[in-house]
Amino acid sequence: MESLSPQRVTELKTHANDVRQGIIRSLLSAASGHAAGSMDMADVFTALYFHILRHNPKDPEWSERDRLLLSCGHIAPVRYSAMAYAGYFPVDELLTLRKFGTRLQGHPERTRLPGMETTSGPLGEGLAQGTGMALSAKLDKKDWRVYVVTSDGEHQCGLHWEAMMTAAKFGLDNLMCIVDRNFIQIDGSTEDVMPLEPFADKYRAFNWEVFSCDGNDIAAFIETVDRAKRVKGKPQVIIANTMPGKGVSFMENDYLWHGKPPKKDEADIALRELLAQREQIVGHRG
Amino acid sequence: MASAGVSVDNVSMHLVDYANAAAVKQIPTRNGFGEGLVEAGTLDPSVMAICADLSESTRMEAFKNMFPDRYVEIGVAEQMLVAMAAGLASTGKIPFIASYAMFSPGRSWEQVRTTMALNETNVKIAGAHAGVSVGPDGATHQAIEDIAIMRVIPHMIVVVPCDSVQTKKATLAVAAHWGPTYLRFGRAESALITTPDTPFEIGKAQTFREGTDVAIVACGILVYNALMAAEALQADGISCRVVNNHTIKPMDEAAIVAAARECGAVVTVEEHQVHGGMGSRVAEILAAHHPVPMEFVGVQDRFGQSGAPQELIEEYGMGSTSIAAAVKRVLSRKSG
Repeated sequence: MESLSPQRVTELKTHANDVRQGIIRSLLSAASGHAAGSMDMADVFTALYFHILRHNPKDPEWSERDRLLLSCGHIAPVRYSAMAYAGYFPVDELLTLRKFGTRLQGHPERTRLPGMETTSGPLGEGLAQGTGMALSAKLDKKDWRVYVVTSDGEHQCGLHWEAMMTAAKFGLDNLMCIVDRNFIQIDGSTEDVMPLEPFADKYRAFNWEVFSCDGNDIAAFIETVDRAKRVKGKPQVIIANTMPGKGVSFMENDYLWHGKPPKKDEADIALRELLAQREQIVGHRG
Repeated sequence: MASAGVSVDNVSMHLVDYANAAAVKQIPTRNGFGEGLVEAGTLDPSVMAICADLSESTRMEAFKNMFPDRYVEIGVAEQMLVAMAAGLASTGKIPFIASYAMFSPGRSWEQVRTTMALNETNVKIAGAHAGVSVGPDGATHQAIEDIAIMRVIPHMIVVVPCDSVQTKKATLAVAAHWGPTYLRFGRAESALITTPDTPFEIGKAQTFREGTDVAIVACGILVYNALMAAEALQADGISCRVVNNHTIKPMDEAAIVAAARECGAVVTVEEHQVHGGMGSRVAEILAAHHPVPMEFVGVQDRFGQSGAPQELIEEYGMGSTSIAAAVKRVLSRKSG
């Protein structure tokens, strides 16, 4: 496996910083939406759209593309922002988030925005659909892969476990589940609401190959995906340990930011913090 | 139309001589699904079958044996059934998913709405064992709310064929017709009244018997009971039109309005709750376009129970005698 050059890592971090700014701006404009999970997955979505995925932003329906499914549709702002910066649509369109007539629905709809693979929001349904796609690729001897981004909280849905069983039964090694393990959900800590631990053991018991990494370390995440892709005969899960609200001091590790957007003054502070981080990233370019 | 014998539409619709009990074979509608699915799979290699542990009783077994590569067994997981099929459909497959109607779409409604209808995927739900005619299994397994919960979903096509031969045609038709679809059929032996020559088109209601006094608009296996009621009423000098209203959505509004306009009264007949089903849709159409007195034959806000299919059809007021009584009630209101 070739490791990422420091320059490449800096580029990716810069993109992630853009993506975070896009999230803050779009949430401010929308005046509703989910901040914490969107922010903490900025590094994962940047890695996917700018490095991992086989895709073409100018041809979102390209038949040989990798399929990226967002199961936890409420963190759509991070996907929209990453897609905009990756060239799927103008960055300015992010300001239409959740507004009447927008392609950027509060929860994403496949039929409205080219490049969305599914319609999501009702939780626990992404892996099931991804399993169908991955099976289809196997049947048709296609080499594209399926990536399904999930929240940890939605692992409380029974359907997700039906999909885990099915994917293992068919040995779908072209299917990867990425879990945003931020330990928060609307009513509090996942371990208080409905404990998920021992989380990795559950996946292992379902015959999945389990990986984990710091989901806010782009290089570590990419390296983990590379390793996971080499697994044969089994679906893989990457438990991406993330910090809710990552990138904005007052959002970090506060579950109350799960389901709300920043107000104007909060957004101003958030953007100032992100710009300062950007200077640091670019400064490291050396 | 009061003359005895075969009506004009019995001929143009190529029906069997349904009034002659000896000429009427008894075959479960599910058999037609099984045959149609094999033929659909032969015609189109993208047709797939996914089953939730009921391949024999839903009649998916023949497809499974003929096309093992295109058959997927996922176990007792009805939410998975539809969501996985949505994924397959989004890559160009035409997945038929089968379980009992009570569980699919009964258990999986939200997945049907989100991953199939809102997501606009070409999935075909095959709901077997619909209605109280499931029989001995009892109320837990008798889907009598499924038409209501499917027809309320935007984009959903809902088809309830009247016999085994029509179920085969309907299976082929929904395979060839793009769109999220619910195809409903049953377990019990039921009267075979159509023939291979009987036409079938999604969204096109069929006049199986001409008549002028009352229109009986029926779907599913009760179309036969409606014809038997019309036959009996003819002896009393009451002329009933019988419409096989096999497509609940999109419903053939023109045919419904014409029946109401030309007959002046309507009785709907379905093996389903009267609330929210086929008859309710007929009432919505007629209230808007041509209000006439109506009666609704179906399950009257009750659950099913164990029993023999015919016993249950009678108990829940869906036998030909009950239909004939409904016709007389509606006639009295019409003249009033």
